[in-house]
Amino acid sequence: MIYFDNAATTRALDEVADKVKYMLLENFGNPSSQNMAGVNAENEVIKARKIIAASINAEPDEIYFTSGGTESDNWAIFGTAKGYIRSGKHMITTAIEHPAVLQPMRELEKNGWDITILGVDEKGYINIDELKAAIREDTVLVSTILINNETGTIQNAEEISKAIKSVNPHTLYHVDAVQAYGKYPINVKKMGIDMLSVSGHKVHGPKGIGFFYMKKGLKVKPIIFGGGHERGQRSGTENTPSIVGLAEAVKIDMAEMDKAVEHVKLVKKTLAEGILNSIPMTYINGPSIEEGSPYVLNIGFEGLRSEVLLHSLEEKEIYVSAGSACNSKKKGASTVLSALGIDEKRIEGAIRFSFCRYNTVEEAEQCIEILKEKAAFLRKYMR
Amino acid sequence: MEEKVLIVRYGEIAMRGNNRKLFVTRLVNAIRKNLDDMGDYYVVREQGRLIVEDRGGEMDFDKVIPRVVCILGITGVCPALKTTEQDIENIKKVCEQHINEIGIDDYKTFKVETKRSDKRYPLGSREVSAAVGEYILEKFPQLTVDVHEPDLTVNVELRNDAYIYSKLIKGFGGLPVGSSGKGIAMLSGGIDSPVAAFMMAKRGVEVEGVYFNSPPYTSERAKQKVVDLAERLSVFTGGFKLYVVPFTDLQLYLLDNVPHDKLTIFLKRAMTRVACTLGERDEALAVITGDSVGQVASQTMQGLHAISAAATMPILRPLAGFDKQEIVDIARKIGTFDISIRPYEDCCTIFVAKHPETKPKTSIIEKIESKLTELDKYLEEAIENTEVIEL
Repeated sequence: MIYFDNAATTRALDEVADKVKYMLLENFGNPSSQNMAGVNAENEVIKARKIIAASINAEPDEIYFTSGGTESDNWAIFGTAKGYIRSGKHMITTAIEHPAVLQPMRELEKNGWDITILGVDEKGYINIDELKAAIREDTVLVSTILINNETGTIQNAEEISKAIKSVNPHTLYHVDAVQAYGKYPINVKKMGIDMLSVSGHKVHGPKGIGFFYMKKGLKVKPIIFGGGHERGQRSGTENTPSIVGLAEAVKIDMAEMDKAVEHVKLVKKTLAEGILNSIPMTYINGPSIEEGSPYVLNIGFEGLRSEVLLHSLEEKEIYVSAGSACNSKKKGASTVLSALGIDEKRIEGAIRFSFCRYNTVEEAEQCIEILKEKAAFLRKYMR
Repeated sequence: MEEKVLIVRYGEIAMRGNNRKLFVTRLVNAIRKNLDDMGDYYVVREQGRLIVEDRGGEMDFDKVIPRVVCILGITGVCPALKTTEQDIENIKKVCEQHINEIGIDDYKTFKVETKRSDKRYPLGSREVSAAVGEYILEKFPQLTVDVHEPDLTVNVELRNDAYIYSKLIKGFGGLPVGSSGKGIAMLSGGIDSPVAAFMMAKRGVEVEGVYFNSPPYTSERAKQKVVDLAERLSVFTGGFKLYVVPFTDLQLYLLDNVPHDKLTIFLKRAMTRVACTLGERDEALAVITGDSVGQVASQTMQGLHAISAAATMPILRPLAGFDKQEIVDIARKIGTFDISIRPYEDCCTIFVAKHPETKPKTSIIEKIESKLTELDKYLEEAIENTEVIEL
């Protein structure tokens, strides 16, 4: 099996699985319990929180464990809306956000909020001047995706933060770092990030766990109420096995990140150049090979339907994602690729390859060979 | 001792003849299959009825009734109280308990109807009705008797045991599955074909299905969708056999060798042939399709003629005269609609021409087809590699 769908999810590390099992079977206490079993579990959570805080240069009490990226994004938006409604009812985001950001914004819109959605250029970058022009006195939040899940476009978070604060120092800045965390250096202080969303299963951790970074002193309100866990901000018994599992993944990811990035760059470059050089009518969607995230590669195969290509790769146990879900009844063209101004015909043949540090150059080479064969075969029958 | 049971009624007329026993057995098996995962249920054969008993405890009618009433051939079910003690004093008490259980808020008038198949019983039917009626009047003073149009009819059936009930929940009726022989339905995954299969099953046809799979042009999920449809249909019939035929190679062969605007006609003829061959093996007597005249290009009268000419057994098209909305209404009623609208490609649409031929001439189609020297080879290959899924 060649798994090039790591932006969808990753395989958990063996060490992570071991930790999860340990927490489920041996250290299974409830951190809220007063007894020793509770204390033992709590100690593991404290350690985990420290590891994770350090990974983004935050304080442990700025880290809140959540069920993942979607919950964290929802929290940033609805929590800010609740806490800052007196300062204004305007938020700004981009046209290439994940639905976990766009849909909550749409919900606010239904309730009378004003939402500005910034367009992007053909590589997926927002325009800083446009952003500045969009910020108003009543803008309470700007939310941008750090690395886009479909194209790998990396926004300059530090520059964005500076731009926001230069116009309105009260406007908060949230970053959706689900595809960036563990793959791109994040320093929330240096980058001026007020809130950050991360998901565990994209970085070889368990599914159903993630975290939310919220800078100390913000008035962002909780969206889940109950027993007052996570310092009253996010109720619900701590998911101790997944928290500890996530921290284990983070520990290993962080230690290997620089080396991993270099390696993944090579995998991506091999695959991308191999495809572009040996298969006619192919092109990169989004930023250039070097400019985009090494972990994401979006390639258009003109004249092919991405779903069909996906299924024919699947026959050879190569797993990728389609840039669009098309069928005869409903066109489900990717909104992200549309936002880049790529025309629908080209989107139809878009395939996303996404990598992790365990992918190899050999896999990329193998994939090129199979793609050559499949693309030639399928093109024969495309009418 | 009284317990909750479900009385199952089936169409008596269909039960004539020597096959009666076989049909009843099929119904019993279908009920058992549908209740299998829910607990310890027994199906007892009574004269002209089936009685479902819960040996695991008190029967939950809300759970059991939907699983039983949907089975084809069943005209209706009655949630009932059964008692083994048949003396009139006990019957009265059980009737009271029954009325308490169903609640009388909705009722002002009632009557009691007694059927006595145990003729040794000391009281006549009318005497039982009168005695029970009097007792009910006494216990529930808000009710009055109306023998012509009562809001509530309390039925007392005296058989080997006594059964008290007042509600009939109607089933689909129809004929018990298998009472009319076998048919093979072509399932595409769309809205129409499962409805067609259901319609024929309702007329007693034992329906099996055939699906044409074209990876990589169709996905694993498209196949799963058809499996789910077949499973849904099995709820009505007590089982469903589904053939999955690999069709990619044949499809590409046709794509290479026939005029593109006529591709769908050739494709459907090939499918019809496969369905006939698979059906003949199982002693099926007809192919069933969801064609509705004029709905798409291949469903014109000319198209249907050209397709039918390839068949070696009759093609039943129960939806031929239905409008789309009528079909959708049935699909919703039988619970296949939500499965059918999952957005996966089916094999008929993947290479469809922009302007497909709508008035093919059968003679021309046959002439072209006679030159497709390798068609038989591809058909044989497809049949040989067919997968069978029993649901």
